[in-house]
Amino acid sequence: MKPTRLEWRDLIVESIAGLASRPARTVLTVLGTVLGISALVATVGIAQTAGNQIVGAFSELEATSVTVSNSGGFWGGGPQQAFPQDVEDRIGRLNGVVAVGAMGPVNVNGALASAVKLDDPLARNEFQIDVIAATPGILDAVKGELTMGRWFDAGHDARADNVVVLGPGAAEALNIFRVDQQPVIFLDEDPYVVMGILGNVKRQPSLLNAIIMPDGTARRDYGYESADTVQIDVSLGASALIAEQAPIALHPADPKVFTVRKPPSADSLRNRVEGDVNALFLILGGVSLLVGAIGIANVTLVSVLERVGEIGLRRAVGARRRHIAAQFLVESTTMGAAGGILGATVGILIIVILAASREWTPVLAPWIPLGAPMLGAITGLVAGLYPSLRAAALEPVEALRSGT
Amino acid sequence: MSESATSPVLALRGIGRTYHSGEVEVAALADVDLTIEANEYVSVVGPSGSGKSTLLNVLGLLDRPTAGSYHFEGVEVADLDEVQRTAVRGRRIGFVFQSFHLLSHRTVMENVSLSMLYTGVPQGEREERALAALDAVELSHRASFTPTRLSGGERQRVAIARAIVAEPALLLADEPTGNLDSHTSDAILALFDRLRALGLTIVMITHDLNVAHRADRSVRIHDGRLADVVRT
Ligand SMILES: Nc1ncnc2c1ncn2[C@@H]1O[C@H](COP(=O)(O)OP(=O)(O)OP(=O)(O)O)[C@@H](O)[C@H]1O
Ligand SMILES: [Mg+2]
Repeated sequence: MKPTRLEWRDLIVESIAGLASRPARTVLTVLGTVLGISALVATVGIAQTAGNQIVGAFSELEATSVTVSNSGGFWGGGPQQAFPQDVEDRIGRLNGVVAVGAMGPVNVNGALASAVKLDDPLARNEFQIDVIAATPGILDAVKGELTMGRWFDAGHDARADNVVVLGPGAAEALNIFRVDQQPVIFLDEDPYVVMGILGNVKRQPSLLNAIIMPDGTARRDYGYESADTVQIDVSLGASALIAEQAPIALHPADPKVFTVRKPPSADSLRNRVEGDVNALFLILGGVSLLVGAIGIANVTLVSVLERVGEIGLRRAVGARRRHIAAQFLVESTTMGAAGGILGATVGILIIVILAASREWTPVLAPWIPLGAPMLGAITGLVAGLYPSLRAAALEPVEALRSGT
Repeated sequence: MSESATSPVLALRGIGRTYHSGEVEVAALADVDLTIEANEYVSVVGPSGSGKSTLLNVLGLLDRPTAGSYHFEGVEVADLDEVQRTAVRGRRIGFVFQSFHLLSHRTVMENVSLSMLYTGVPQGEREERALAALDAVELSHRASFTPTRLSGGERQRVAIARAIVAEPALLLADEPTGNLDSHTSDAILALFDRLRALGLTIVMITHDLNVAHRADRSVRIHDGRLADVVRT
């Protein structure tokens, strides 16, 4: 005789009917899984959102900066290898370079800076101010802005004009607040025309307190030999490539003499941030999910014990052991999946609300809205295993006798 | 499987069923011989604890005897595995239990349809057949009720509709009138007469001799033994 069978559709209908016959209990049972899954989803989502936010802020500045220096590295010491004079040409040719400039301290042999040459030698109006030589491209490379005046150009550099630009700190010390009448400062006896005053820089903050003069001027007046830093502004994503190519362009014979600083890769930073946030809360979410699973297991077991008579009846009308097991498994899996769907929804809401309150962009890996219900369903499936096997193991006679 | 129209539906030879409770052995059935022909209507009478339900469980393949041989429709049941026994139970045997065993959260229609769930009746045919079965027990107007809203007699008729809807060869009824008043009992017995006339083989347990005499013959059971066979 042909074995009896149970169609999928009937299995689902019977299981849903079983759940629907005790709606309050079903809802309360599902709540446990909702808690667990929403905690997990919110945790992962918040970590991703925050990670993305931190990396986003970071990348605006750091991810596009590459510097090459020729100083003796951490231990100091003089330049190991002078930079060539045509740094800007060599680096500017590389694909992915937005701006480039070279800069370095100028040894002025203790010369003091003063704004106006006063005849009264007793007045304390001379200052020790750092002098930095820079190529014209440095302004863009450090993302600098001028509050007034102009930045020197390649012409000033080539002619070694006696011009300077003041960092805001230096300008204040020297009491220079306007450049429209071409004020003059002195380094000891040598006069330099102030072309402009720097407002702010995003990189190389040493420029803010310095007197900045064209590279060519420093070479002529102070025997300046080489910059110690090449600052490169690269387009997003090009940092690794430029960091590799720049030293070769500067000194093909031995590019390794230079020290290159490039930003850490955004991915590794993001992962680090997510990892930190995730660890703790994943444990919390996992524990809630475990509690949810125990809830489902418990309720399904109670349901099996309450429905012993129904199980006996189904066996009498042709249900095989596997049909009984399947029915309770689908019940527990359905509760788990429902908890997963609701939990994912609640979790995503939490992420969106939190992100909105911080004006962050909510970020969520696409596998989460799909994976969370799956995880819930698996939780329900596992939780239902033991009760289902108990139900299937019941002998029909015993079930019919003890159940009503 | 049924060899011919004249072969018996079931034949028990030397059937025993012994329960072990601790050290004590209880022989609920001992050396039972019983043959029931197709379309026979047999009642089983006996005092409480005499083994009536045990016999019915063995006949219905719900329980396995500990001794003897049982042929159902010509097949030795002891040779069947659990899956095959379940198939015979589901397709060839209908049960009416003393305590109804209706699902209280499901409608009358769903309760009756339960017998067609596992036996491969196509989805589309079930409602029609359930309604026909409910018609036979004169309850088609209660199809959408839940059992909690039905009287005892109505519940028993739903249980009978569920037992016959899959068109079994054998109907097994354990005290089908036990919970009912005499008027309602008469209605149920009249229903059995009609089902019998439609070709069903019926085995009915009862402790009421008046009820027992509605059958073709009565089998008396005492202490697990078929004491005598009363022809009526
Ligand atoms: N699972 C069991 N374990 C041990 N003994 C059992 C079991 N089931 C039945 N018995 C015993 O077998 C004997 C027959 O029981 P059975 O239920 O067949 O009686 P019955 O004739 O149906 O009685 P009643 O009219 O009260 O329903 C009784 O003595 C009973 O105690
Ligand atoms: Mg009994």
